[in-house]
Amino acid sequence: MADPKNDAFNADTALEPYWTAAREGKLLLKHCRACGKTHYYPRPICPFCMSADTEWRTASGTGIIYSWSVERRATPPFAIAYVTLPEGPTMLSAIVDCDLDAIAVGQKVALAFETRDGQPVPVFRPR
Amino acid sequence: MSIKGKAYIAGVYEHPTRKAEGIPIAQLHAEVAKGALEDAGLSLRDVDGYFCAGDAPGLGGLSMVEYLGLQVGHIDTTETGGSSYLVHVSHAAQAIAMGKCKVALITLAGKPRTGGAQPGRAPLSAQPPDAPFEAPFKPSVLNLYAMCARRHMHEFGTTPEQLAWIKVAASQHAQHNPRAMLREVVTVEDVVNSPIVADPLHRLDCCVISDGGGALVVVAPEIAEKLNRPKVRILGAGEAIKHPRGGEVDLTYSAGVWSAARAFEEAGIRREDIKYASLYDSFTITVLMQIEDIGFCGKGAGGRFVADGNLISGVGKLPFNTDGGGLCNNHPGNRGGMTKVIEAVRQLRGEAHPAVQVRNCDLALAHGTGGLLGTRHGSATLIMERT
Repeated sequence: MADPKNDAFNADTALEPYWTAAREGKLLLKHCRACGKTHYYPRPICPFCMSADTEWRTASGTGIIYSWSVERRATPPFAIAYVTLPEGPTMLSAIVDCDLDAIAVGQKVALAFETRDGQPVPVFRPR
Repeated sequence: MSIKGKAYIAGVYEHPTRKAEGIPIAQLHAEVAKGALEDAGLSLRDVDGYFCAGDAPGLGGLSMVEYLGLQVGHIDTTETGGSSYLVHVSHAAQAIAMGKCKVALITLAGKPRTGGAQPGRAPLSAQPPDAPFEAPFKPSVLNLYAMCARRHMHEFGTTPEQLAWIKVAASQHAQHNPRAMLREVVTVEDVVNSPIVADPLHRLDCCVISDGGGALVVVAPEIAEKLNRPKVRILGAGEAIKHPRGGEVDLTYSAGVWSAARAFEEAGIRREDIKYASLYDSFTITVLMQIEDIGFCGKGAGGRFVADGNLISGVGKLPFNTDGGGLCNNHPGNRGGMTKVIEAVRQLRGEAHPAVQVRNCDLALAHGTGGLLGTRHGSATLIMERT
């Protein structure tokens, strides 16, 4: 699904650095040199000013939970969350390796990677 | 240029089914189209504009215009999820005001309860650009609305009991609707004691899943004059899209802040003039946020506003969803915008159930949120007047 190599129709070469970094355990964000803002999910053209002068920057790897929910009917139940990064963007992700009953808004979390559908994706665990 | 007073809703029809086994979606569309046109006193040959959204099978507008046997000079297949049909009313009024058509037919049908035939769409050609960055975390309708509720509770102290009042009010209304899927009156305790499905939302914070559909007929003033039906005039409309904005996520408000502002400006009336409101109730939190975003109360005050029966017809200040809404009556095709318009028209005509009919209901609002409140969604607001 997320691996361009496995889906020729949806291949997206502009995102290759992102997935390469993900395999190395790094989260890349897109920063716009024109307006100075960082956005997520990454796009070659800045969604704030439409400049194509964007560059990759490596996220520091920390975050704070903005909101969360645990899907209780799933087997097993899982946590989804919006996590606000110190770089600016708030991103959709998962909270893993934790007590699902102890997740809270404002909780500090740290970046980790989990392989889902054959693709390493950024998730967070409490720190 | 404004649509104010340029078009009327002349026909409405809600499909009576809640489980449509053995009936294809195209047929449901035809049944509601027939129902709405008969309600208006119009025929197939009068229709010169057709509106449908992603629930229509095949090539959408093309397939349905053929199936229904229409001959139209105006077509619109705007897709904003469940709020599409509110947008369609606005677009139909625009088309009528511009002279592009005189009788616009809007249809919806779906059968998620039966499963069977899936809502038809064009073959999936490309995944949406957000998919690689969101799908792995299993976002769902439940957890994306739940995160809005969680943030609302965090920022404003909104409580599960306050949200529960929304369901209580819907159930008070649904007891009078023989077709409602859930007619049993529930209490705040019933809601908060029902199982958590996605924190902090309980099972009874969620709408029903039902088959069915509905249709609307929007006409030019000169057509409305000739029809022997109460006149429901469109006063104002607004539509808006909100999304995560490159990571500038703020779950505390919806696109309704923009769509409602536009609708009220066009209508030239005040919030307190509204006698009845149809509010999309996919979840209790949807209603609460919409009430704030429309401006019936301040941001963060929604919890207190909905408590203590304030949404119950004959009891509170803002009677809402007197058919029982999505929370208790139906949610055809997982798209609630259509039934929101239908019940608002019933109220304006004085055709709601006597037990829930709002007295002197001359101004009503219908508001919908399509897509997912926690990510990208489309809001639409419609203000109507009985003349």
